[in-house]
Amino acid sequence: MIPLTMTDARKHFEAGQMTAVEWVQGCLERIQRNDSALNAVLALEPTITLEAARKADARRARGERGELLGLPFVIKDNLQMRGWPLSQGSRVSGQDRGAFDATAVGRLLDAGAVPLAKANMDEFAMGSSGEYSAFGPTRNPWDGSRVPGGSSSGSVVAVAAGYAPLALGTDTGGSVRLPASFCGVSALRPTYGVLSRSGLTAMASSLDQIGPVASSVEDLVAALGGMAGRDPLDSTSVDLPGAERLAHLRPAPLAGLKIGLPQEYFSEGLSEATRTILVTAMDRLASEGAELVEVSLPHTRFAIDTYYLLNTSEVSSNLSRFDGVRFGERKPHQELHAMISRTRDAGLGNETKRRILLGAFCLSKGYYEAFYLKALKVRALIAEDFRKAFEKVDILATPLSPATAFPFGERTRHPLEMYLADVFTVTQALASLPALALPAGFDKGLPVGLQLVGPALSDVRLLEVGAAFQSLTDHHLAHPALPTPA
Amino acid sequence: MTWEAVIGLEVHVQLLTRTKMFCACENRYGGEPNTRTCPVCLGLPGALPALNAEAVAHALRLGHALHATFRPESRFYRKQYFYPDLPKGYQITQGAVAVVEEGWIEIPGDASVRGAEGPVRIRIERAHLEEDAGKSIHDADPEHTLVDLNRAGVPLLEIVGAPDLRSAQEASDYLKTLHHLVVYLGLSDGNMEEGSLRCDANISLRRQGETRFGTRVEIKNLNSFRYLRQALDYEIQRQRQLLERGELLTQETRGWDAQSGETRSQRSKEAAMDYRYFPEPDLPPLVLSEDEIAHIGGTMAELPATRKQRFQTEYALSPYEAEMLMQTRAFADYFEGLARESGQGKAAANWMLGEVSRTLNERAMGIESLALEPSRLAGLLKLVEGGQLNLNTAKETVFPALLESSDSAQAIVERQGLGQVNDRGAIQALVRSVLEANPQPLAQFRGGKTNLRGFFVGQAMKAGDGKVNPRLLNEVLDACLAEGEGRE
Repeated sequence: MIPLTMTDARKHFEAGQMTAVEWVQGCLERIQRNDSALNAVLALEPTITLEAARKADARRARGERGELLGLPFVIKDNLQMRGWPLSQGSRVSGQDRGAFDATAVGRLLDAGAVPLAKANMDEFAMGSSGEYSAFGPTRNPWDGSRVPGGSSSGSVVAVAAGYAPLALGTDTGGSVRLPASFCGVSALRPTYGVLSRSGLTAMASSLDQIGPVASSVEDLVAALGGMAGRDPLDSTSVDLPGAERLAHLRPAPLAGLKIGLPQEYFSEGLSEATRTILVTAMDRLASEGAELVEVSLPHTRFAIDTYYLLNTSEVSSNLSRFDGVRFGERKPHQELHAMISRTRDAGLGNETKRRILLGAFCLSKGYYEAFYLKALKVRALIAEDFRKAFEKVDILATPLSPATAFPFGERTRHPLEMYLADVFTVTQALASLPALALPAGFDKGLPVGLQLVGPALSDVRLLEVGAAFQSLTDHHLAHPALPTPA
Repeated sequence: MTWEAVIGLEVHVQLLTRTKMFCACENRYGGEPNTRTCPVCLGLPGALPALNAEAVAHALRLGHALHATFRPESRFYRKQYFYPDLPKGYQITQGAVAVVEEGWIEIPGDASVRGAEGPVRIRIERAHLEEDAGKSIHDADPEHTLVDLNRAGVPLLEIVGAPDLRSAQEASDYLKTLHHLVVYLGLSDGNMEEGSLRCDANISLRRQGETRFGTRVEIKNLNSFRYLRQALDYEIQRQRQLLERGELLTQETRGWDAQSGETRSQRSKEAAMDYRYFPEPDLPPLVLSEDEIAHIGGTMAELPATRKQRFQTEYALSPYEAEMLMQTRAFADYFEGLARESGQGKAAANWMLGEVSRTLNERAMGIESLALEPSRLAGLLKLVEGGQLNLNTAKETVFPALLESSDSAQAIVERQGLGQVNDRGAIQALVRSVLEANPQPLAQFRGGKTNLRGFFVGQAMKAGDGKVNPRLLNEVLDACLAEGEGRE
């Protein structure tokens, strides 16, 4: 039995019952056994993985210790890692192998963590369901007929299915939190800048953040501790205040903690079952002395529009490089711009094209002020909503999704409905706030997530509250019975 | 009918920095194609720009030199277009929200179009930082365009001049002044053949006295002073002819064809690009404090105009001499070193503009390569000033010897016995022997042909191998001639 959490692993290591090599071999076998059904993994490099595990064992033998030493982790396939493929869920990414290590990845590798697999994802991280990968959809391990959520579909499923105790996803408007909710795992979107974006292939640069995914807050803490901190390669990166508390994280005392419940998030769009589960979770926190306070975030209703105007604008720019000159499979033509058009038409998926067209339109002369600049102004108003709310409360608690994971194909025909899946997760990204996704219960056998949101750079505090919640509940300890391989 | 040309230049200057604008690649011209590259300047997905502080400092230096104002918070934008030598599909540029704004440069002013002599100030709207693109090479392969990304990400400062120029001559003077300034301050190597300084010109015509602008044409890539002048003169003629025929001009971009000597249409306004500018999310705003701006100003070299003025007053030089001494910073520095060490400003200037310049011209080299330190040359000037060496010998014999060796002037003079004879007794003996050897001219002199004095000077100089101190010789000769008269 391979350990599913870092805590388990530490016990195994300390008792001398396991080596990192044995651990990752167990993980690789588990992937072999299950991934034909789940399709969470895009690439394995067993030689690199085993070599890294051997090195970790050697370091341990020399007396080195550390939560991350020998820890297998899965990497979303939009993060650069030397020697590994880099597809971004697309057939036109055009870069066969990663050219350098993303800073966050490199820091984990330096700490002795072992790269296990590159994870499936919606093409260029655009999608909320995991259905838009050029390499086929990933399946939800709790119900193979349902989506796992996206775009970090493979990363989240890898943790939910027990491939690895840790995965790196990325979150632009909810891409680690929504799938975490659908698959019953814990995930953090850190404050913008806490994790360097260097090596994270850009989708919407002002919103993109790397987010760790694990089965418990405790494990998220270890991962964040290993990755956080300013990076000279990312001028928007910052140091994380209180990072020293991550080494020995204590659950926050709940007595007197003021938890805000934004009324706009508990409105009619929310399914009754999800509402009941979240109310139960809140009551549990209140029973420990937390104070529940209703608050209002009035600009929430503009969030989806604002998010998609900014997101598509930045997408249209960031994906310009896939033009067939250096990236993308070239469709030759005598005339340069015809070659570029043909290459992009043939290579890019529909959702990607939709966003590029929308974004190019938003940034065009005559529309820029009405769309892009207006969206920036609303973004500021949304941030201001949160700032005011945090004058009254310490953290906010919200749903992550109106309902549980939906069946395949339900939303792909209606892009707007797919966009609406992000209704509870885009505002925190727009406001550059940290947000934590935690399993809060089950509705008809499917996980329901809870989201905790804190003020900017309060990531450590947020994890302390999350740890307190998980010390009172055991939803995060539930694991799916994996579908039998075909 | 009189037409007035209205011209404004946009000048791109490649900055002399150790590394590129947003990455650690070396910033240097040429090299094996695509070797000075990294994930950032190759535009690999996930690579992020980090701003080069040296480039910012250069922009501030230029700002000080242009008497400009500084924007405490400037930004970077993405200018988006598809081209093979633009690997990201966008160029990172400050665009209109530039760090340096509202400066000016003084040029002589073209009296033929302004109607009056005198310097004019040409306003500069802004100077903004941006990155260069790579280079597309169209002629190396018969079937393909090749791309070299060594230049991708090289720091550029784009200096946008106001439409204040009124003739091709003024445009050329403006560009020369700007070129001199950026090279002098060490901001750029200014090598126009290698593209270190590139110029686009906007030009329109209007009736004399009109205040509105006419329809404007942009001429791209005028990368020599001569092309700039020729293209603008051509364009002024072309536009005038069209306007005088009552035709309308098209707002367009034109290129200069040096072979045929004409400008050619490249792109009309209807086909103008929409660059879809938006703020670069990967770079925070560039925020500068008063202190940082002042610090750069305080550590800057003296500006050329100030230094030229100082040369005139401090060393009693003419404006022309001062101008010539300012030809490059190294030349001016050499002059000041020479003036300081020799204690003679005027003589130092004469040497710089005489023997030193001639030598540099003959050898086609810059003062940096001259194997003669100002201190050794100063030694020569002092020997002349002190009367130990006469000027001709100094120029014709000692100066060339200084260039060929590392000896001091003193040592050369002693070794070759070139020192000036200053011994009054010896000179007296010499003069007497000359007078005795020439009784007839002496008699004629004494008979009133006083212009024969020059003859005796010449004879005495010749007899003394040219080493006799001329001042002493004159004194002694006069005394001897007078002596003789008294005796009779």
